[in-house]
Amino acid sequence: MTAGEWRGVPNLARRHWQSLWLRRLFQALTWLGVMLLAILLFRIARQGAVWLDWDFLTSFPSRFPARAGIKSALAGTLWLIGLTALISVPVGVAAAVYLEEFSRAGRLKTFIEVNIANLAGVPSIVYGILGLAIFVRGIGLGRSVLAGALTMSLLILPVIIIAAREAIKAVPQSLRQGAMALGATRWLTVRHHVLPGALPGIMTGVILALSRAIGETAPLIMIGALSYVAFVPEGPMDGFTALPIQIFNWTARPQQEFHGLAAGGIIVLLAVLLLMNAAAVAVRHRFQRRR
Amino acid sequence: MRKILLASLLIPALALGGAGCSGKKDAGESGTQLGGTVHIDGSSTVFPITEAVGEEFQMLHRGVRVTVGISGTGGGFKKFCSGETDINDASRPIKEKEALLAAEHGIGFIEIPVAFDGISVVVNPANDWVDHLTVAELHQIWMPDSPVKTWRDVRPAWPDREIKLYGPDVDSGTFDYFTETINGESQVSRPDYTASADDNVLVTGVAGDRDALGYFGYAYYAENTDRLKVVPIDGGGGPVTASHTTINNGTYAPLSRPLFLYVSTKGGERPEVREFVKFYLQNAATLAAEVGYVGLPARAYELGWQRFESGKTGSIFNTDKARSGLSIVELLSL
Repeated sequence: MTAGEWRGVPNLARRHWQSLWLRRLFQALTWLGVMLLAILLFRIARQGAVWLDWDFLTSFPSRFPARAGIKSALAGTLWLIGLTALISVPVGVAAAVYLEEFSRAGRLKTFIEVNIANLAGVPSIVYGILGLAIFVRGIGLGRSVLAGALTMSLLILPVIIIAAREAIKAVPQSLRQGAMALGATRWLTVRHHVLPGALPGIMTGVILALSRAIGETAPLIMIGALSYVAFVPEGPMDGFTALPIQIFNWTARPQQEFHGLAAGGIIVLLAVLLLMNAAAVAVRHRFQRRR
Repeated sequence: MRKILLASLLIPALALGGAGCSGKKDAGESGTQLGGTVHIDGSSTVFPITEAVGEEFQMLHRGVRVTVGISGTGGGFKKFCSGETDINDASRPIKEKEALLAAEHGIGFIEIPVAFDGISVVVNPANDWVDHLTVAELHQIWMPDSPVKTWRDVRPAWPDREIKLYGPDVDSGTFDYFTETINGESQVSRPDYTASADDNVLVTGVAGDRDALGYFGYAYYAENTDRLKVVPIDGGGGPVTASHTTINNGTYAPLSRPLFLYVSTKGGERPEVREFVKFYLQNAATLAAEVGYVGLPARAYELGWQRFESGKTGSIFNTDKARSGLSIVELLSL
């Protein structure tokens, strides 16, 4: 059957052709993204793989590329992300629960919502300036890993709140009504039905947010995170450095070997990120099965 | 997951309680064991030297922590002048404004030069016409509203090809020094050049462009001698090529600049800071060379240490005397 025969649908052949062509275009664009990532990963792996060994993970930075490692940066990043998660997840989820389950519609709520949405788009360096003024100097935390974690928490809170709200919204209304019909208070409903139901979605948001935090450099440099540290932070008030800072520092060096080390650092950063993602998927999976 | 996370955070925290206390006790009892932290921030140009010194120093004094940040010379001075750090790495002398801020907070500072950086002017290896450039020609090329568009505009014998310029961006101390020396005023330059905060980008740019001319720190040329050609500079006494020798003995002028430590007098009273400064000056010549810079003449380090020991505060390098063509040893002897 040709298009001309079917009078009700004009230009059918052209539409089919268009559809096919667009499909190919979208396919190509999708692959472009994947290809770019693959090329990037390949180049990084080729440059950095030779530097990756146990010593690289367990040595402090050094002016000799062969002796240099990322021990302090890796430890700093783990501390930073751990503390950031401890601070931002409870606060973020609590805020989302309040906004979705407890607050009444009104000017105040709209005001808060608009603010959170705007905060999500603020450049990270601005959070760095804020962190420097409030945490480092204001409360006098100094250039500690705690000050860094608080700054990072501010940075990712909007993302967590928005993701958690979406997840809570997606929990069917019938669940809430059922629980309340049986005499559960609002809190009991949230605690036993809404939160477990929303957990997979919340976890996804948390991981996305933490993944952003782990790669941030600008706010850390702003609050005065260090670049050369030959010790591992032993408490939240210790000075620290982080993987992105160490990587940045190495790429700026004139010696080629340091560029290799930077690539090695990137691989480690990616590995940490993947591990975090894997942990989140595992948790999500477990909760989904239990329900 | 959160419980595990919490536990993993608590364990090192508890360990700190124990370790921290015992560490302090040792220091107090024996009296010879150094402890404490030396807080350093400032220029990313000076960073590699300070990192190297810190690395060696901590091998000798295991109890001392040396921390180095890279907020930039200006950012570092802000912290230094409000008393947050003991030492500031600086790739230029302290400014009047910064010195005033320090005075406001009651911070005295001792200025100690620790190494030279020779700003290298480079072209592509395929460039076979440039044999040297005079300071006047550099000024002609880099001044604001420069009429130079092609190489022939610099010297009539050179080819009629567009000249492509590469240089550090406006936040860089190298830019400050180059513009002040060549154009007579800091931060004044023609704006139509390829600017980057990352010197490696400039190296790649010049290495891949036959018509390029660029400038950056000596270390970046020294690591890429096969991809770049350095241009001898005539500052009035004939063309001189940037090298370890010419930078060290002061003949590579006027594009050699000193790099500094600024030590706070209050910090300098602490034994660990004092030891660190001493160690720095004893080893800077060797370590600076290892990371791509040029050490000062030995006498300059002695004079620097004397300055520190006698607590001589204030800056000589931000005064007119520093621009009068005196050598670094002469300046320090003033």
